Amino acid sequence: MRRGVAVKRIGKQSVKFTSPPVITNTFSIVGPMEGQGPLGQRFDTVLEDTFYGEQTWEKTECKLLREAIFNVLNRAQLQPTDLDFILAGDLLDQIVSSNFALREVEAPFLGLYGACSTLAEGLATGAMLVDGGFADRVLVVTGSHHDTAERQYRFPTELGVQRPPTAQWTVTGAGSCLLQSQGKGPRVTCATLGRVIDLGSKDPNDMGTAMAPAAADTIRQHLRDFAKRPEDYDLIMTGDLGAVGVELVRVILRKDGIELGQQFQDGGLLIFDREQQDVHAGGSGCGCSAVVFAGHLFKLFAEGKLRRLLLAGTGALLSPLTYQQAESIPSVCHAVAIEVY
Amino acid sequence: MAQTKEQQKRAQEEYQRLARRHRPRPPLLRNALLAFLVGGAISAAGQGVLNFFVAQGLPPDKAGGPTAGVMVFLGAFLTALGVYDKIGQVGGAGSAIPITGFANSIVAAAIEFKTEGFVMGMAARMYQIAGPVITYGVTSAIVVGLLRFLIAGG
Repeated sequence: MRRGVAVKRIGKQSVKFTSPPVITNTFSIVGPMEGQGPLGQRFDTVLEDTFYGEQTWEKTECKLLREAIFNVLNRAQLQPTDLDFILAGDLLDQIVSSNFALREVEAPFLGLYGACSTLAEGLATGAMLVDGGFADRVLVVTGSHHDTAERQYRFPTELGVQRPPTAQWTVTGAGSCLLQSQGKGPRVTCATLGRVIDLGSKDPNDMGTAMAPAAADTIRQHLRDFAKRPEDYDLIMTGDLGAVGVELVRVILRKDGIELGQQFQDGGLLIFDREQQDVHAGGSGCGCSAVVFAGHLFKLFAEGKLRRLLLAGTGALLSPLTYQQAESIPSVCHAVAIEVY
Repeated sequence: MAQTKEQQKRAQEEYQRLARRHRPRPPLLRNALLAFLVGGAISAAGQGVLNFFVAQGLPPDKAGGPTAGVMVFLGAFLTALGVYDKIGQVGGAGSAIPITGFANSIVAAAIEFKTEGFVMGMAARMYQIAGPVITYGVTSAIVVGLLRFLIAGG
């Protein structure tokens, strides 16, 4: 059916890599609250305060990205000039944190916007660049800051508003991954790129409900395109649906005869202790899946506790303007399979 | 597999029904009770301040102004200390509706947008939250005043 040269294009929405790129190094940096969470010990750097020596939170967010970039390069003993591409994105308008962080990095840069799905989008794009023969080394970095996101999307941070139980807490943190054509580490074997799905959710305080259909659609399509079952993965991690979205994904997929068992988890639920930390439905933000992957999951691979991971990044593609104009919230989910063999 | 508008609408309605069933409900009774307690505590504090002014010799009808001043100061002060947003998460409307909540909405925005400068940042955006309250408060006061004048006469 398919004509042309796209021999690595599989099924309806997927790609399969012939020389799967390796994730050789990662780095994670988080804010104090994330450091107090259940994964606190897993992160490379935990900040003492949310300013990190900067005058504005926007500058802090930028610094987080810069730290994530330079530290992962240090780990791999590389210079920015050794990179063929750097892929970065964040939540702020015009992805300024990434653009500004990259002022100091001498490497060709492609900006990404996928909201909380940015890490998965970056890993999929980066892996295509490497496996396509366009790059040997690609750095993927993304992050978010609780207070910059609050300011942009919601209210001033000191305003005394009551958050509903469906609301999610934007993670302060950044994570970076170095993708290389050769080296040691887990490999990105295939990916399924999501389509934009909007089932009419309008509440920006309930993004789990908005994103769940996109997550279910991409996971379902991934399993179909590769004729796989959920059990073929040790862990299917969405990032970040929170408690509400996770439940809905299970319900939607159950209707299609796909039962997600214990191996289905969510980055937004892993990063915080919802009993102890007042984060409502769980964590969110580009930084959430980035630090959970870079800080926690990548180490699980190294420790031999994880062999096959499907990382399904979910993004709610709203802006404060579209919300005020009473538009519904479109969402997208990109899934990348990361495996050791 | 292009969906018609009709099918899309039906899928959306079906999903929203499903989502409603799985959405955690806010603990209404607990929230209402806490709003009552927090709002009540703020009001009691206000009454205490009023009583103080009266005890100092101000006539009761003149003591309201300085009392509001003190409460606005307290709301602003607690906002600056980073405490009022925490009270708000517990108290909900109980801490948003009293005049301390009004002070909070202005001071929170003023602090927040200071980083964009004193003119276009702090001064311009200070009323981002309080603006609608002021606009519609003044408008409805004029309308009600006018109605009273028309019905009951000057």
